[in-house]
Amino acid sequence: MAGRLMALWDWFDARMPSLAEEYRKHMSEYYAPKNFNFWYYFGSLALLVLVIQIVTGIFLTMHYKPDASLAFGSVEYIMRDVWGGWIIRYIHSTGASAFFLVVYLHMFRGMLYGSYREPRELVWIFGVLIYLCLMGEAFFGYLLPWGQMSYWGAQVIVNLFGSVPFIGPDLAIWIRGDYVVSDATLNRFFAFHVIAVPLALLGLVVVHLLALHDVGSNNPDGVEIKKKKGPDGRPLDGIPFHPYYTVKDIVGVIVFLMIFSAVMFFAPEMGGYFLEYNNFIPADPLKTPPHIAPVWYFTPYYSILRAVPPLFNSQFPGVLAMGVAVLVFFFLPWLDRSPVKSIRYRGALYKSALAIFVVVFLILGYLGTEPTTVWGQFGFEAFFLDTRDIATWVARLCTVVYFLFFILMPWYTAIDKVKPVPERVTS
Amino acid sequence: MRKAVFMLLLAPLAALAAQTGYRLDRSPHDPNDLVSLQAGARTFVNYCLNCHGAQFMRYNRLMELGLSEAQIKDNLLFPGEKVGETMKVALDPRDGKAWFGVAPPDLSVIARSRGTDWLYTYLRTFYRDPKSATGWNNAVFPNVAMPHALWRLQGERALEVASHADSSGHVALEYKWTQLSPGAQSAVEYDATVRDLVNFLAYMGEPAAQSRKRIGVVVLFVLGILLVLGYALKKEYWKDVH
Repeated sequence: MAGRLMALWDWFDARMPSLAEEYRKHMSEYYAPKNFNFWYYFGSLALLVLVIQIVTGIFLTMHYKPDASLAFGSVEYIMRDVWGGWIIRYIHSTGASAFFLVVYLHMFRGMLYGSYREPRELVWIFGVLIYLCLMGEAFFGYLLPWGQMSYWGAQVIVNLFGSVPFIGPDLAIWIRGDYVVSDATLNRFFAFHVIAVPLALLGLVVVHLLALHDVGSNNPDGVEIKKKKGPDGRPLDGIPFHPYYTVKDIVGVIVFLMIFSAVMFFAPEMGGYFLEYNNFIPADPLKTPPHIAPVWYFTPYYSILRAVPPLFNSQFPGVLAMGVAVLVFFFLPWLDRSPVKSIRYRGALYKSALAIFVVVFLILGYLGTEPTTVWGQFGFEAFFLDTRDIATWVARLCTVVYFLFFILMPWYTAIDKVKPVPERVTS
Repeated sequence: MRKAVFMLLLAPLAALAAQTGYRLDRSPHDPNDLVSLQAGARTFVNYCLNCHGAQFMRYNRLMELGLSEAQIKDNLLFPGEKVGETMKVALDPRDGKAWFGVAPPDLSVIARSRGTDWLYTYLRTFYRDPKSATGWNNAVFPNVAMPHALWRLQGERALEVASHADSSGHVALEYKWTQLSPGAQSAVEYDATVRDLVNFLAYMGEPAAQSRKRIGVVVLFVLGILLVLGYALKKEYWKDVH
């Protein structure tokens, strides 16, 4: 029997790229630095969440109806009448938030240790593309439950495209397939959500990993382990990904699943942040909710959008700022002029800049979930005050700081006082 | 002039006070109390289902609450309905719109959009208002289109709102309730009726909620065991990494 199986294996091996060789290249002989810390769990976790979302998504698609008159009911049907449907649905809705959480931490790791720096620029760029796809995927998916927030959230975002000069209105109609968000919009968003974007996402994940495994992983010291090889040609500070990091990632996966389960079994709505209360009201095109807020993972950008004042009665400057705020991540590899990669050997300038950036990102994220009146108003009038909402002014300040982090980066990273980088990784 | 400036300073505070509105009471419902859930189901079918539907909720799901199929058929179903059907409403939504100005919303997931505290307070704060079309108004939901469906139980009440500004300028609203005519239930009994009804609405919003939590405990327990094993495995492999 075993002999037969080996023969079958050889038969395939002779007619295909060798699987054994791929396995060696990406698993058993892929040498990863031995000093990965906490921050290095989130890449494999992102892959895990992607698989979870695809598998639960397949089962949801079996029962969901992409039809404006049936969509809301079909979600409730899944929650009530489909066996195990509520688990599948909650895994998927919690998974959406988990995906962003994990990806944000994964990106922050890159910023901590300079993982976007030469020779990993392409790894980073593919990563930002994945992030963009993920935003699209989340946006399209959020329309599908066809609740009030689904509907009006989509309306607001599509209207943003309507503010593009000249082609805006036509562009918005082209995206919606109608003059308002409607059944046509729901159907095409469904197509994008279940096939178009996931296909792109999977392809990008493959090239992200191919590029990574070609140049090799960075590490918390920002030292290139390939520069110091032993007589056997293996990096001295490298260990085979399998079994070392597979068993380590198993621990990370279990801890992650515990946190994930705690949320999805005991607080699937997460206080209205993962599933918004208004989304349990079926979409009503005639009734605008008093407060429209995107789900938490979009709120930093939503804040930036709201913070920028309109110009010539056009919202376009805000839209532009929001777009640039996301796209600017592409340029990080070239904005950073520091001679060192890792935060461990950088000076006070970069450390404080990154800390301020994180604080500003969180403030923007919080403000995006609240109405602009959340912090009250200034008690005085002045000619330069187009709005007296304190929160709007804080968001404006944060927006400026957000962009300064990137714009000033070539300057402060170049003059920052760095520490000497060791030859080998530290344990 | 100075007065105008002062008013301007106060304006946001007044706006804040208006936003806060009527303070919600905490709903005392217990999702594990089957008797309360059954009572709530009965109140729901008798008082709410005439105008509101619950089109995603099946009658035979009530067997989860300890009711038998025969009990559901005899006590809760309208003639001609089958036990596997959902709680559809007899009222034509167009009639509802004509009579109340707005079609009564489906209540399947109302507890998830409004929250149980809101429902518990809302159902206990109707008052007589001769200015409104139905003769009723509500402290939590001003100018609500719905009349007080449970008024025979609670009786008729009147509400007076007085606003007081204290020394620091904070505006506090004071609500004064008076009973105009007695209902079939005492205030305590009525609160219990509403508690049971809200309990049922919460159950109906997510029937799987209780089993969700039970399964969650098991899942976390199993993951906890896996964590110990996984960590031991990792330690064993990493012994030789220096």
